Amino acid sequence: MAVNDSVVTRAASKVSRGNGARQRVRWGIFFLTPWFIGFLAFQLLPIVFTFFLSFTDYNATKEFTPDNFKLIGLSNYAKLFSDPDLLNSLGVTLKFALIAVPLGLAVPLLFALLVNSKHLFAPNIFRTLYYLPTVIPIVAGVMVFQGVLNPQSGWIDLALKLIGVDGPRWLQDPNWAIPALNILSVWAVGNAMLIYLGALQGVPTEIYEASVLDGAGSVRRFFAITIPMISPVIFYTVTLGVINSFQFFVAALLIGGRNGDPQGSTMFYNLHFYREAFVFNDLGYASVLALILFVIVMILTTLMFRFLQGRVFYASSDF
Amino acid sequence: MVTTDQSPAKPKTRPMFQLRNMLRRDIGPTLLVTVLGLVVMLIFLMPLGYMVATAFKPETQLSAQNAPLWPAKPVTYSYQGQDLPLYNVPLSDGMKQLAMVKGFREDANFIDPAHPEKGVFDWIGRYRTLDPVYQFAPTLDNFTTAWDDVNFPLLFRNTLFIAIVSTIGTLISCIMVAYGFARFRIPGKNILFIVLISTIVLPPQATIIPLYILFSKIGWTGTWLPLIVPAFFANAYDVFLLRQYFMSIPKELDEAAVMDGANPLTTLIWVIIPQAIPAITAVTLFHFFFTWNDYFTPLVYLVGKDDLAPLSVGIAKFVGTYSTHPTRAMATAVLTMIVPAVMFFFAQRQFMQGVVTTGVDK
Repeated sequence: MAVNDSVVTRAASKVSRGNGARQRVRWGIFFLTPWFIGFLAFQLLPIVFTFFLSFTDYNATKEFTPDNFKLIGLSNYAKLFSDPDLLNSLGVTLKFALIAVPLGLAVPLLFALLVNSKHLFAPNIFRTLYYLPTVIPIVAGVMVFQGVLNPQSGWIDLALKLIGVDGPRWLQDPNWAIPALNILSVWAVGNAMLIYLGALQGVPTEIYEASVLDGAGSVRRFFAITIPMISPVIFYTVTLGVINSFQFFVAALLIGGRNGDPQGSTMFYNLHFYREAFVFNDLGYASVLALILFVIVMILTTLMFRFLQGRVFYASSDF
Repeated sequence: MVTTDQSPAKPKTRPMFQLRNMLRRDIGPTLLVTVLGLVVMLIFLMPLGYMVATAFKPETQLSAQNAPLWPAKPVTYSYQGQDLPLYNVPLSDGMKQLAMVKGFREDANFIDPAHPEKGVFDWIGRYRTLDPVYQFAPTLDNFTTAWDDVNFPLLFRNTLFIAIVSTIGTLISCIMVAYGFARFRIPGKNILFIVLISTIVLPPQATIIPLYILFSKIGWTGTWLPLIVPAFFANAYDVFLLRQYFMSIPKELDEAAVMDGANPLTTLIWVIIPQAIPAITAVTLFHFFFTWNDYFTPLVYLVGKDDLAPLSVGIAKFVGTYSTHPTRAMATAVLTMIVPAVMFFFAQRQFMQGVVTTGVDK
C-alpha cells in the first residue's frame, strides 16, 4: 500500500515538476518575506535617509517637516574639522581597541582550548561557568565592576595590596579608566569561546593522530595544525572585535556619564555620536558621524574578507 | 577515534595501541588541566564572588577596619547589661577571645567571657590593632532596600513583557527566513544571503536617526512598539545560526513528509522545528538575553517614560547614586542578573549543543 502510494506520488510529481519548482520558489520567497521587509524598512532605507540627513541642519527639537530644516550642503562635513571632541573620541576608541582586540582574541581562544581539552574533568560545568558572565546584563556588570575596582574596598586592589602593589584608582583615574573598561568587557567572552570551541571540534581528529605518529609535540601541533585549521574563525573574531570596539560605549556612558568622565578619558566615538544626536539633538551632524562609522566598518569588513580569501586556510568551502 | 581500516599487517598499529593506552592512563594530565581550569575560573568569576559577598553584607561592614571579606557582624558579649565587643587578644598563654569593657590609648580593660567570675583585668597594648571577632551573618537588608528604591516589581513586569513578546517575534520570523534560505532554490539566493550576513556588522548608529524620526512621526516613541515590532522582521545573526542547523538536518526527512502530503509550511512545523530544538533554544536565549540586556534602544525611545522603562534603563539611574553604596549596588546587580542566569543554567545543555554544533563561524 505505502509503496504503491509513494510510487503514485512520485509519478505525479514528475508530471508537474515545472509547476512544482515554480511553486517552491514562491514558497521560498514567502518564507524570506519578513527579512525582505525588515531589511528595507529598518536597514536599507534608513541608511539612505541618514545620508540625506547629513546634508541638512535638522534639529530633533522640531518636528520633522520640510519647513523645519534646510539643505546646507557640506557644512556638516566641514564641521568635522572644527569639532574639538572628534579627535579625542577617536583616540579613546583606538586606545580601547588596541587592548580589546588582542584580549578578545587570546582569552576566548585559551578558554576554548581549556574546555575542549580531553583531560578536563567535567568540561560541561566549566563551559557553563565560563559562559556565565556573558548572560549578565551590562548594567549589572558595570555595577559589579564599580565595586570590584573600588580603590578602597574592591577585591582587585585588595589583592594587589597583598603582593605589595598600590592599585590604581581605576575608573576615577583618566589613565586607568580605559584599561578598567577593557577588563570589564573581557568578562563577556562566552560567545567567542563557543565559536572557537565549535571550530576546535571541527578539526578532524585524524590529523592530530597522524601528527602524533610523526612525533609532533603538543605546542608544535597547536601552531602547525590547530591555528591554521581554525584561522577563518580567528579572523572572524578579530574582525568582529575591531568592529565592536568602534561601537563600544554603553559601559562608558553608565560609568563616565555623557561627558566621558574622568576628564573626557572615556569619550568614545560612539558616545560622542550619542551626545550629538540625542543630547544636543543635532541630527544633521550626528548623521555624518554615523556615516563615518558605517564607512569604517565597511572598509574593515571588506579588508578582512579580502585577507580571508587570500591567506586563510579553509577546511570546508561551503560558504 | 582510531580507525581500523586499511591492511591488517602494519607497523602502524603498535604506536596506535600505545597512544590509546596513554590516553586511558591520564590521571596526571587530568589533574593538571582541571586544576588549571579551576584557578582560571576562580580569577574569572571573582567579581561574582565579590558581588554575592557584598550583597549580603551589612553596610557598616564596608568601612569597618579588619572586617572579613564575607558577610559578617562583630560578635558581642553581654556583661552587666552591656553588649561588649569581642577581640582576639594575644596573651601569654596564646590567642584568646576577650570582651572589651573599656579601651584606652595604651591599654584596655577586658573580661574573659569563658570565665566572667574572674572579673575585669587590664591588658597592656593598643586595642585598635586587635582583630575583632566576627561571625558569619548575611543580611537581606540590601535586597529589601534596593527592591523598594529601584521599584523592581514594575521593572520586572516591563522587561519580561518586552523580552517575551520580542523573543516570540524573533523566533517566528527567524525560523521562517532561515528555512527559506536553507531549503529553497530562489533566484539570487546566494547574493541575498551575503547581504543578510553583512548586516551582522551593520552599526545600529547608521540607522537609528531615521528610525527615531520615523517612530516619532508615527507616534511610537514613548511606547514599547519600537522595541518590539522590529523583532518580528528577523535578524541576521539568529537567521544564520538557525540556517546552519537546518542545513544539517537530512533532506530525506523533508522528502518523506512531502510524500505524506505535507506542504512546506507543515514540513517546517512538523519536521524541521522538532529536529532543531537545540538551535531554537540557543536563539531563544540569545534574543531573550539581548532584550534583557539592551540599554541603548529603550534609552532612546522611552525618554521621560519612567513607568515603561525596562530593567536596564531603570537601574542605570542607580549606577551613579549607588556607587557609594556598594552593598545596595551588588544586591541590585544580583536581582538584575538572576533571571537570565537561572534561565541559562536550566537550558545550558541544549544551548551549548545548539551553538557549538552549528558553528556560528563559517
